[in-house]
Amino acid sequence: MRGLLFGAFALVVMGLAYWAYFENYKTQEALRSASALQREIGSSRETLAVLQAEWAYLNRPERLADLAALNFERLQLQPITRNQFGALKQVGYPLPEFNIDELLGSVEVRGQIESTEVEGDRP
Amino acid sequence: MRTPLRPLARILPARLRGENTDRIEAENIRQRHEEMRDRMRVRAKSRLLFVGVLFLAGFSVVGARMTVLASSEAVEPQASASSAAIVAQRSNIVDRQGRVLATNLITNSLYAQPQLMIEPERAAKALVGIFPDLDEKRLLKDFTGTRKFLWVKRKISPEQQQAVHEIGDPGLLFGPREMRLYPNGRLAPHVLGGASFGREGVHSAEVIGTAGVERKFDDFLRDPALEGAPLRLSIDMTIQSAMRRVLYGGMKLMNAKAATAVLMKVETGEVVSMVSLPDFDPNTRPREAHKGDPSESPLFNRSVQGVYELGSTFKVFAAAQALELGLVNPNTVLDTKGPMVWGKHKIRDFNDHGDTLSVTDVIVESSNIGTARMALNIGAARQKAFLKALGFFDPTKVELVEAPGAKPLLPKKWSELHTMTISYGHGIAASPLHLAAGYATMVGGGTLVKPTLLKVDEVAPGPRIISERTSAQIREMLGAVVERGTASFAKDTGYRIGGKTGTADKPKRAGGGYYKDKVIATFASAFPIEDPEYVLVVTLDEPSENSGDKPRRTAGWTAVPVAAEIIQRTAPLLGIRPIEPATPTGVTAVKFE
Repeated sequence: MRGLLFGAFALVVMGLAYWAYFENYKTQEALRSASALQREIGSSRETLAVLQAEWAYLNRPERLADLAALNFERLQLQPITRNQFGALKQVGYPLPEFNIDELLGSVEVRGQIESTEVEGDRP
Repeated sequence: MRTPLRPLARILPARLRGENTDRIEAENIRQRHEEMRDRMRVRAKSRLLFVGVLFLAGFSVVGARMTVLASSEAVEPQASASSAAIVAQRSNIVDRQGRVLATNLITNSLYAQPQLMIEPERAAKALVGIFPDLDEKRLLKDFTGTRKFLWVKRKISPEQQQAVHEIGDPGLLFGPREMRLYPNGRLAPHVLGGASFGREGVHSAEVIGTAGVERKFDDFLRDPALEGAPLRLSIDMTIQSAMRRVLYGGMKLMNAKAATAVLMKVETGEVVSMVSLPDFDPNTRPREAHKGDPSESPLFNRSVQGVYELGSTFKVFAAAQALELGLVNPNTVLDTKGPMVWGKHKIRDFNDHGDTLSVTDVIVESSNIGTARMALNIGAARQKAFLKALGFFDPTKVELVEAPGAKPLLPKKWSELHTMTISYGHGIAASPLHLAAGYATMVGGGTLVKPTLLKVDEVAPGPRIISERTSAQIREMLGAVVERGTASFAKDTGYRIGGKTGTADKPKRAGGGYYKDKVIATFASAFPIEDPEYVLVVTLDEPSENSGDKPRRTAGWTAVPVAAEIIQRTAPLLGIRPIEPATPTGVTAVKFE
């Protein structure tokens, strides 16, 4: 009985030793890949920084202004002025869906509206 | 096996002899106890020994581990997957919208180890071919002399590195360098300052700030604990670029020697744009000039370091204080009959404005005499206290390393004559940034505004300087100056601007009086004046507008048109509504980012 117990115990110890051995190698492998990844992250960040610097350099206002001036014929870009601001009432909102003439029972007239100045009761 | 207490072998003969058997039993028990005691002692000894060995082993392990830890080099634990990425050693600087103003670039430095060189002559010749600014004789002397190490170039481009590679001399070596890059060039050199190398090694070099925010926030930018969090300034790149362009044009048009402009957010005191011309490229920051006037150098930040007599722009402070103290109201009529004689001095107005003017008109027409009369009523002590509270006695607290050096110039003795001249901006010299902060305080509701270069979302209101009511009255007066006064060139810009002009004669550098034909022209303005969001101060150094018969130098003719153009250009970018939109033919919805 005792011999059997010792035998089993020895087997368990050997098993554990094997497990520890493989686990050790797995850990080393994981550490290696982790440090490789970190190197990669580092170099990616470096690249990112260079690209950001390049982006900032290529988008510097001076260059953009020069480019806009160079391509003026094609793009017609001009500095923004106050004339580009409008009042809300100048925006041509789409007219309501329902036909007001039908509701009022009036005659349908086709044509163009000369003035868009509509006061008051539009929703 | 059990042994009897009474050994029969001895007891039976003793009993026969008639002896007392108890003695034998007692002796036997004693013997047995002695044996037991001996056994116990041996066992206890061995146990003690065992525990002792255990402890010894334990302590040995601890001791050995400590020795190993102390004598070996520290290694970062690899297993912990922290964000241990290689971050640049210096943080970026970005504008208020996060666009890059300063960043880092990896380049290489070139150094030489002459003892490793094979053909020093050829190497020196080839190097001069790549870098024309090197001196061949000097290089050759270094290469063939006793030196073991020398820096050839601090920063080289990849193309230059390749060319040096092609020389093929083993004594020419490269070391990685992190270089500070300002991608926008001359955009905001005075704010950013510059950076250079500190301690240098072959494998890396310290990048340290030399001026501006780079120097002021050197510790912050280099703090590794922040993991590269950028420094966010209040500067807006778009506005800064537009303002620089317009100011540069204005400076040329008005034949000015130099110019500066500060655009400040009234609510928070954030400096949205700060331009000082002439300027420089921070990527190739020129050396500090050791001779000559430092204020002539392009490195000089006129908006912060330049203290000037800012002239009539100061009248607003006198008027505000008089209103605040209840000495006058905007319609009080003041005696402006000139010249006003005080001792042996005479105070005159630029134009004769008649015998009387209301307080509003004193500001609108910019009457020295009227302002001097208000100042006399206020008195020297109260004027001093007011200007001190506004910050005109100390350097601005703006986050530039140059700021503390720019202390306003004040009279040593504050006489009544000084009180009068200071009320219209002579005898006190302050920086345009001081003026911008002062105007922001005046028009922004009356609580003190402190200028800052960092982006802030909200600022607790400062101590109250003038009441809300006085602030409103000042706004009205400033609006009237543009509407019908000295700053009428700013009228038709599409925005309601309010401001005050100031033209001050330049003091002679050698001392002793003022130049007759050199002025500092300033326009301090706020827009939109009903509810000011921004304050703009434009200062031109020695402007002269020559389209007429004789040169015109007053701020109304020089600084005001430039400021008006700046506002026309920047206000739409800042998203401020114009008064009455022009009637456009078609409105397109535009989304602003």
